[in-house]
Amino acid sequence: MTPASTVVRAVQTPFQRVVGDFMANPVAVFGLCLLLLVVLAAIFAPVISPQNPYDLAQLDVMDSRLPPGSPAPNGGHYWLGTDDQGRDMLSAIFYGLRISLAVGVISTVCALVIGLTLGLTAAYFGGRFETLVMRVVDIQLSFPAILIALILIAVLGQGTGKVITALITVQWAYYARTVRGAALVEKRREYMEAARCLALSPARIVFRHLLPNCLPPMIVVATVQVAAAIALEATLSFLGLGLPITEPSLGLLIANGYQYLLSGKYWISFFPGIALLLTIVSINLVADQMRDVLNPRLQK
Amino acid sequence: MLVFIIRRSMQSVVVLLAMSLLVFAGVYAIGNPIDILINPQADQQEREQAIATLGLDKPLYMQYFTFLSGALHGDLGKSFVHATSALGLILERMPATMELAISAMLISVILGIPLGLLAGLKPNGFAGRSIMAGSILGFSLPTFWVGLMLIMVFAVNLHWLPSNGRGPTTMLFGLFPVSFLSWDGIKHLILPATNLALFNLALLIRLTRAGTHEALLQDYVKFARAKGLTNARVIGVHVLRNILIPIVTVIGLQFGTLIGFAIVTESVFAWPGMGKLLIDSINFLDRPVIVAYLLVIVFLFIFINLVVDILYSTLDPRVRITDSKG
Amino acid sequence: MIDSDEALTEPVLEVDGLRTHFFTKAGVVKAVDDVSFTVGRGEVLGLVGESGSGKSMTGYSLMGLIDPPGRIVDGSIILDGIALRTLTPEQQRHMRGNRIAMIFQDPMMTLNPVLRIDVQMIEAVLAHKHVTREVARARAREALVKVGIASPDERLQAYPHQFSGGMRQRVAIAIALLNRPDLIIADEPTTALDVTIQGQILYEIQKLTRETGTALIWITHDLSVVAGLADRVCVMYAGRIVEQGSCEEVLAHPAHPYTQGLLDSVPANNERGQRLKQIPGMTPSLLDLPPGCPFRERCSYADAECEVSPEMRPAGGPGQSVRCFHPLVPVHS
Repeated sequence: MTPASTVVRAVQTPFQRVVGDFMANPVAVFGLCLLLLVVLAAIFAPVISPQNPYDLAQLDVMDSRLPPGSPAPNGGHYWLGTDDQGRDMLSAIFYGLRISLAVGVISTVCALVIGLTLGLTAAYFGGRFETLVMRVVDIQLSFPAILIALILIAVLGQGTGKVITALITVQWAYYARTVRGAALVEKRREYMEAARCLALSPARIVFRHLLPNCLPPMIVVATVQVAAAIALEATLSFLGLGLPITEPSLGLLIANGYQYLLSGKYWISFFPGIALLLTIVSINLVADQMRDVLNPRLQK
Repeated sequence: MLVFIIRRSMQSVVVLLAMSLLVFAGVYAIGNPIDILINPQADQQEREQAIATLGLDKPLYMQYFTFLSGALHGDLGKSFVHATSALGLILERMPATMELAISAMLISVILGIPLGLLAGLKPNGFAGRSIMAGSILGFSLPTFWVGLMLIMVFAVNLHWLPSNGRGPTTMLFGLFPVSFLSWDGIKHLILPATNLALFNLALLIRLTRAGTHEALLQDYVKFARAKGLTNARVIGVHVLRNILIPIVTVIGLQFGTLIGFAIVTESVFAWPGMGKLLIDSINFLDRPVIVAYLLVIVFLFIFINLVVDILYSTLDPRVRITDSKG
Repeated sequence: MIDSDEALTEPVLEVDGLRTHFFTKAGVVKAVDDVSFTVGRGEVLGLVGESGSGKSMTGYSLMGLIDPPGRIVDGSIILDGIALRTLTPEQQRHMRGNRIAMIFQDPMMTLNPVLRIDVQMIEAVLAHKHVTREVARARAREALVKVGIASPDERLQAYPHQFSGGMRQRVAIAIALLNRPDLIIADEPTTALDVTIQGQILYEIQKLTRETGTALIWITHDLSVVAGLADRVCVMYAGRIVEQGSCEEVLAHPAHPYTQGLLDSVPANNERGQRLKQIPGMTPSLLDLPPGCPFRERCSYADAECEVSPEMRPAGGPGQSVRCFHPLVPVHS
């Protein structure tokens, strides 16, 4: 009898498996690298920008509306041109990325916390509370996000805090619905029954036992939503109803350049648009791959 | 079937009433109705007059009834900016938005379903993969940016199409103005309609592809082929009839979303519809118009939901027949 | 000049060396591996085997319904003198549902839930015969009557979900018979039905095929079904036919150890109070077949000789053959 050769397979933690599967797809890796670039550019904006675009002392309105590649007074170049105030587009884009990402991430995280709490407790306690919460969710989700955001801005007024509030309000319902669906499935599993038998407090059961098991689909949803929140904020700013001029996001930069589009000075809108595009696409690529990797039905 | 329609209609009326209550609560109870409905530039006398006319000194429930009866008569207040009926302003602009939304829906359906079918039938071919990649771009790109790019390429660089505005209009059936009956009108319609259609197109492609992919795995497809039917019939009749049911539902519901997104497209292309009116009103703090817009939108959405429900039951025999048998 | 007797006994189907392989990322699955058999006119052939034995795939191969990543790689299928594999896809389509028809296992999913019954029956006729809709509808109605469905006009207007499981299967049988095929392949048509209905459907099919002279291949895992129904039996294992012969002979004097194992594990053949006999081990994965006889690992008669693949050899009664080096009945030289 010949002993069969045994292959020892290294035991992987789930995290290692996820990372391994993720890295196997070149498109996803590309997306991740792109995203990292974007995030790093945003974080280090003050360091890498040739000019601080909001320091009025550095601006010279004589330099306004210069096409890309024009030489700058202190020896460098305006690589992406200047806008109507004489701001270097490249710097404005870095700072704008910062604000767009910050607003997107903050609103997503807050909406996630609210949505998770409401959705989980609704699923856990059931009854009238659940019906009420889900009804509100259903009604809200039957209207397009932009509409809800606009009405909120109309009612609340403008300003950064109000924009973030609007973004949070628009997003929480989606998280609540997704997590409730996952929680309803998890509720029937044995470990939940075990936890109940141990007479643990409901808060503990919901947050220490139920929540971690509902997280994988939520991670994917949250990632996609960050991109959607950034896009929504950009849209609001473009319409003049978003962030104030003192904190110009990419949307506002694009809006600034709108009027110059017809006279051929495309760079004022175009390059911020490309930056926005790269941000959103890279997030979506990463999220798509994460969805496949975290999907238990596709695991071997 | 009739019972079903009546039942759903009654449900819709209930929802409509509930939503009107919400709008009322938002305007009269939470917001300061005086600020919202009375022109801030009115002097003290005019204000007192307006308060009396609007009944703002009466108890809340009476105000709600006044509000409701006003709504039923088509009176939702006067615009601060234009000094005409707010509802009238909105209805005036509605045909433009409808024309845009319907054109966008047509574009996305006519292109989306065949492309999605193709991607579902040949998922691993070049066509299938590029269609899917394109669809990801389609719904992740912000609508306003795509609109700007369209203007840049087609209007500024190529000079093929106009960059904004609506073309000349003619009256359709003598009822409302449409612009697609003239070539100039169509030229103005193409870019904004395509812009608006993009998101929906991407969604429909993905939906159709998923539906096709799933349908092809079903036994009834194998059975249809075992009967010796042509491929054209198997896909065109057996598969299509099955996937159309959820798709029609989505199309119906998406129509509401289109009207919402039209707000952005109308701003980018300066298209004179309800959406642009809303943005202007928010900027000018013309609150009666905002309230009127809200109510009209709510009504539209509820109506669309009702129609979709009825349509769904006519398409899916399983729902229709079990419902009527009771 | 063809002798009239010869014409009658000329087989309606001759399958020789059929191989259907699936080329997956994990490897090549030899779902059908060198299958040969014949079916005479009006004859009922039972194709018996467990899941994964390749019996359904054989049926699909005969119908030309193998999709990528699967492909018929070798062998010939001759239906009434026509070599099916040499036909163009369009010509093959003309054979399906016309000269050769199939009945599937789950009638709920084989009938399209959103199309009416008459639509699904009429299209089966119109795909092959140039007749008017009225004629096609009349034929459909006639077929429903033949399978024992009452009030056929009402039933034609109905949808599949309004029928019970047994009735849906009758409709499927009616569809199969519409164009008077030479051969019907029935892939476990009673497995999804209640036991009482099973008996009815079995009887219906038997009666109809005898009336019309249609040959029948009955695919099943259930030996007891085959016993009362089939003229001849083929036993399949791991994609190969391991034994064939007349139904009586094979069931009374099985030649292959696997067949013996199958017969032994039928509860009725066991003694009360004694442990049920089983075949030890599990069906091998078709991805990973060991060389030689695929039954080797589970067979109590296996030895070093079985490391080579056995060929089919005549053994036992007339028309019986077996693929085994240690058959349970004497081999003919």
